[in-house]
Amino acid sequence: MIRLDNVAKRYGSDVSIGPVNLQIPAGGITALVGPNGAGKSTLLTMIGRLLDIDEGAIHIANFDVASTKSEDLAKIVSILRQENHFVTKLTVRQLVGFGRFPYSKGRLTAEDETIISRYIDFLNLGELENRYLDQLSGGQRQRAYVAMVLAQETDYVLLDEPLNNLDIAHSVQMMKHLKEAATALGRTIVVVLHDINFAARYADYICAVKDGKIAVLDTVENVMHDELLTEIFNTPITVIDGPDGAIACYH
Amino acid sequence: MSANFLTHQHSPVANTPAAISSDRVSGAFVSRSSRRSYWIIMAILLLLSALATLGLLAYKNPMPFGSERFWIVAQRRTSAVTAMGIVAVSQAVATVAFQTVTNNRIITPSIMGFQSLYTAIHTATIYFFGASGLIASRNLEMFIIQLVLMILLSLALYSWLLTGKNANMHAMLLIGIIVGGGLGSVSTFMQRMLTPSEFDILTARLFGSVNNAEAEYYPIAIPLVVASTALIYLNSRNLNVLGLGREVSQNLGVNHRRHSLIVLVLVAVLMAVSTALVGPMTFLGFLVAVLAYQWADTFDHRYIMPMAALIAYMVLTVAYFLMQHVFYAQGVVSIVIELVGGIVFLMMILKKGRL
Repeated sequence: MIRLDNVAKRYGSDVSIGPVNLQIPAGGITALVGPNGAGKSTLLTMIGRLLDIDEGAIHIANFDVASTKSEDLAKIVSILRQENHFVTKLTVRQLVGFGRFPYSKGRLTAEDETIISRYIDFLNLGELENRYLDQLSGGQRQRAYVAMVLAQETDYVLLDEPLNNLDIAHSVQMMKHLKEAATALGRTIVVVLHDINFAARYADYICAVKDGKIAVLDTVENVMHDELLTEIFNTPITVIDGPDGAIACYH
Repeated sequence: MSANFLTHQHSPVANTPAAISSDRVSGAFVSRSSRRSYWIIMAILLLLSALATLGLLAYKNPMPFGSERFWIVAQRRTSAVTAMGIVAVSQAVATVAFQTVTNNRIITPSIMGFQSLYTAIHTATIYFFGASGLIASRNLEMFIIQLVLMILLSLALYSWLLTGKNANMHAMLLIGIIVGGGLGSVSTFMQRMLTPSEFDILTARLFGSVNNAEAEYYPIAIPLVVASTALIYLNSRNLNVLGLGREVSQNLGVNHRRHSLIVLVLVAVLMAVSTALVGPMTFLGFLVAVLAYQWADTFDHRYIMPMAALIAYMVLTVAYFLMQHVFYAQGVVSIVIELVGGIVFLMMILKKGRL
């Protein structure tokens, strides 16, 4: 479980996030949704200790994020941001290999290699594993990054807009991979999504963020309602029944 | 959790055991052939370096080889070769480490104001104490003062800009450039007031040249370079991670700020030693780093740094040998290195189309 107690972050006098009290349940996928600038990514980066919090405390599986050693946390939680530009030239396999750094400190064992192969195959990157990242398409590269954080074998995986710049097919494929990681591998995945319908279809819980505060955190069925979504996204939204559950119409 | 997933019968992962074979390994090199070509290039570099070193020590040595007097002459020449070794290692290691930590392959640590400080110190010396003052200042105390000033300048920049709440590497680099530019202007101002003969002496000193190095500096310079290089090299695996940027390093449990700071301090020591020893070498570190990235063809600093150092040593020794014995113009070696280096660099970029 990820627990946030009175977490706050201030940017200047008028922009602030929190105080946030939140308990993200262990297991399954939790989607963070909300309008632009609501603070979804900021919350995620604070949970993933990429950003220091000004007030409050965050606990992941009872480890205090602020006081636990970063190298120990790297075995409990992994986080992937949306923008990744490396100056170094890496192959897919070398990148995924870095996911083992918290355990191997750069000295890969035979066991590490097996684990690396496993996650490369898990994301269908087997044939691309010796290709350089700059020779891949956006969707393939995104999969390689996800393979790296999965290879970290952390119980908690935080992903910041993994569907960014992906077309429909790649988005669906990516969400299926994440769903599989949550069910088959037993990971707790927290993911920032822009498309409420992807959240409704693949997530187990939806956490809506608005103006730096948590508007709601509940199961998909309880969140997918006209009035609630309309209020959160500041735009008229109608929820209808689709072939795979509720669909929000807003166009 | 992971044990559970290993035994999971319907796991999509467990269904593909054939794909997990032992020949799938992720080393520093993409393939066996790229590993082989790394070592072949290293061997060629080593051979060229050895030949050029031998040439510098023995060519046109008036005494018969092996005689006692031969060694006396060779020993005198060793001083310059030692300076080349120190400069090669410090420039190469400092540049590669700096570029990794700053996540930028276009800048070099010399923009942090080391050269401008060197120029300012020497210009101020001749401005206030005259030509005799500049010549008299060529001693161990002055070398240590330069070292300390350069390291203090960079430490001030680092501690001010990298340890605060709003730590920002790019702001630090920018301020480094501005401080360097300011020192440069002060130097230019003082140079305008010098007599032509003083200016002439100063100009000769401001060209980077191994002949600026004195053997009495080595007991200080060598341990500093060896220790800093060893510490950076032992940190190679962390450097590999730092090269992925702040967020990825943090995610992998590497304290980005602390490790960057350590590396930057060591880089400052290396650059200070090199600059105080022989003067500015603007392009050398940049050139050898670019060549090392291209030729080593790996992300792994354990391989990049030795190659960069060897390329730097090879470039220096071969350039000095050619300048001394073929073109008889040894004073202009740094100019030639920058000219040839610039052309090689442009060719490389135009051919490959990227850094």
